[in-house]
Amino acid sequence: MTRRLSLAPWTYGFIVALAMWVVTSAYSGIDSAGATLSGALAFGAFSVVVGTGQMFVVASGPGNIDLSVPSVLTLAAYVSITVMQGSDGMLLPGLLAALAVGAVAGAANFLAIVALRLPPIIATLAWSFVFQSLAFNLGGQATLKPPAGLSRFTLMNLGGVQFMPIAVMVLTLVAMVVLKRTVWGRQLLATGQSEPAARLAGINVARVRLIAYMLCGTAAALAGFLLAGFSGGAALNMGDAYLMESIAVVVLGGTSVAGGQANAVGIWGAALFFNLMSTMLNTFGIQAGVRFLLTGVLIILIVALVPRPRVR
Amino acid sequence: MMNDPTSPKRDAAETVNADGLLIEVRDVRKHYDAVHALGGVDFHLKPGEVVGLVGHNGAGKSTLMNVLAGTIERSSGSFRLGGREIGAWSAASAQQAGLRCIFQELSLCANLTSAENTRIVHRSLRGLGWRRRARQVIGPVLDEIFPGHGIDLDRKVADLPIGERQMVEIARAFTQTSIKLRAVILDEPTSALGHEATEQLLAHIRRAAGRGIACILITHRLNEILAVCDRTVVMVDGKVVAERPTAGLSRAALVELMGSIERPRERTAGKVASVQAPVIRHAGRDTTDLTIDVGKGEVIGFAGLDGHGQRERLRAMFYASRRQREALPGAYVAGDRGSEGVFSLWSIADNLTIRSLNALTRGGMISGAAARKLAETWSNRLNVKAPSIDTPILSLSGGNQQKVLFARALSSDAEVIFLDDPMRGVDVGTKQEVYRLIRAEAENGRAFVWYTTELEELTNCERIYVFREGRAVTRLEGEAIETGRILQASFGGDHV
Repeated sequence: MTRRLSLAPWTYGFIVALAMWVVTSAYSGIDSAGATLSGALAFGAFSVVVGTGQMFVVASGPGNIDLSVPSVLTLAAYVSITVMQGSDGMLLPGLLAALAVGAVAGAANFLAIVALRLPPIIATLAWSFVFQSLAFNLGGQATLKPPAGLSRFTLMNLGGVQFMPIAVMVLTLVAMVVLKRTVWGRQLLATGQSEPAARLAGINVARVRLIAYMLCGTAAALAGFLLAGFSGGAALNMGDAYLMESIAVVVLGGTSVAGGQANAVGIWGAALFFNLMSTMLNTFGIQAGVRFLLTGVLIILIVALVPRPRVR
Repeated sequence: MMNDPTSPKRDAAETVNADGLLIEVRDVRKHYDAVHALGGVDFHLKPGEVVGLVGHNGAGKSTLMNVLAGTIERSSGSFRLGGREIGAWSAASAQQAGLRCIFQELSLCANLTSAENTRIVHRSLRGLGWRRRARQVIGPVLDEIFPGHGIDLDRKVADLPIGERQMVEIARAFTQTSIKLRAVILDEPTSALGHEATEQLLAHIRRAAGRGIACILITHRLNEILAVCDRTVVMVDGKVVAERPTAGLSRAALVELMGSIERPRERTAGKVASVQAPVIRHAGRDTTDLTIDVGKGEVIGFAGLDGHGQRERLRAMFYASRRQREALPGAYVAGDRGSEGVFSLWSIADNLTIRSLNALTRGGMISGAAARKLAETWSNRLNVKAPSIDTPILSLSGGNQQKVLFARALSSDAEVIFLDDPMRGVDVGTKQEVYRLIRAEAENGRAFVWYTTELEELTNCERIYVFREGRAVTRLEGEAIETGRILQASFGGDHV
């Protein structure tokens, strides 16, 4: 990769996020700056987890996308809470159950794409209805309570620094290393650039994509598990916000929807941007309707303004 | 109609020049960077004349026709149409001058009906009821050329079988509204047609000639040339090497004309390897399709006209070698660099090492240092001309990109390397370097299976299989590999 002097596209999320933090803090007083940031980091961490999974899928080639992220997240939260039954001793089995649900869901998505030759957008959308109804049957409309230990963990502080965002940053680092330095990571980016070329270079394209979808499901499940603890339980609509957001943070973060190029760090910038923007607009006392409008306009503006590498 | 009031000869295109020539080109050249597709071609066409154009793939036939049809701009040379000097030329002006072309790749819009496709080339079919009038233009022509064709003119072209599509394409070229039709170029028109339709087309070409419409026919089926053409032009390596009246010409003589110009070459492989247990034995589809044996250290060639099943067989062998119980490490060098070879977002180093990642892994991680060393070594060995191995692959010339793809295969653990006509559009210098490398690697025990459309490359092979109509039909070894025999087997049929 060549280094360029001009700013890389993924830095724009960080820059805009920083600007919003400054504006919000200036508006509501400098005292609130710390709280604003830690709030954005905590909520942003969930977007980053689902976004990182989505990134692997998007990078695996044009047209690849996972729309089942919200329902996998919800289903995994329901399953894990059912397994844990409010007991701290069952935390690990609960986590493993959640991750297993995610991996199986990802594999199911990929099988529908490959075996039935469905476009990913249809296959994952169809499965998301199935997952959602499974969650509904498992818990109904009621909010299921998580074990106290899980809630404590997600809100844990280490000397004033929240633990969870740090853990998710480590996850981002791992994702970077996977993309750059593992055989699967390189093969994923190769497959995303050109499927025929990847095939002829001896890459098992189906296996590479299967793993991408399974990782995406697993990431969504992990987010569901943590979110159940963070927000005090599993609810049927808990994943709703993450459908658009998981895709938006990936694209704003500098991952190419055309495939073959992935950026793990950029997801943080985009996630912080999203969360700080809603904080800022809330602080200004702007109504929800207008807030969504501004969010949409800002996304379009940023994507339009960011210099893109020319595709030949 | 050309409508140019400043020109005193407004209807110049209507007439022919003093020699009675409709088309006359002199010393036309076309080059892409260092690659010469046409190296100074003289060609002429009289009104109502039928000219056959033959030659091996890459001889420049299609390039010449594209120059006439305005779809490729010539690099230099003069072009006179109806006695009038033509400067800049385009597909639209060729259309205006009554010059039509039936391309090898069908040029109909698949989402439109046959009638709608007819409208595209006839601007005069406008206003209310144009669809009905377009049907009335194409319908009778189709009926005339292919009686009993049974094509529904209101069906989308995409829904027609390939043969019917080809018929529509041909008929459309022979339709005439406001512009007088003068010449039709037919580039491999019969490859998708059945026997009967082919006969009907050949009969129509003669009929059209009788009405003063000149035709240029490109086909690999030599009997078609002998059946309808007044004159036959033979091209080899971007040049016209022979021109003969067809009367009295035989098939054998034609094949000879195509091959005789090739300089006799020093055989480079020569020795017929002692027979040993093959590392690959790939059975054909049926008894007429030869089994292909590849031994250690052998260079095996796939010959024949382009598109006769060589590439499919090569891929089948590549994938089969990976599925074997004891998987045989193989590597594939694609000829279609753009869509099947390079990873366009990556550097030379990333492109070069992708096939060898497992070998570069230390403790679960790819070693950056080892990867750079491999890329460095092989990009030097193949003499890739680039500032560094971090240079984006797309900034390299085609030949250098191809070298990187070769390096990807050669630097890997592959014991068999499949070459899919990789030298297309590569300059001579690069070719020679790569040939040397292939021979050196073969001596080290690597096997090569090499599909090429360039006859001279086959002299690098110990054994070749000539393909025709999807099957490996002829096997030639050692001294038996010579142009005449290859051409004979490629064009098939009667023995000389």
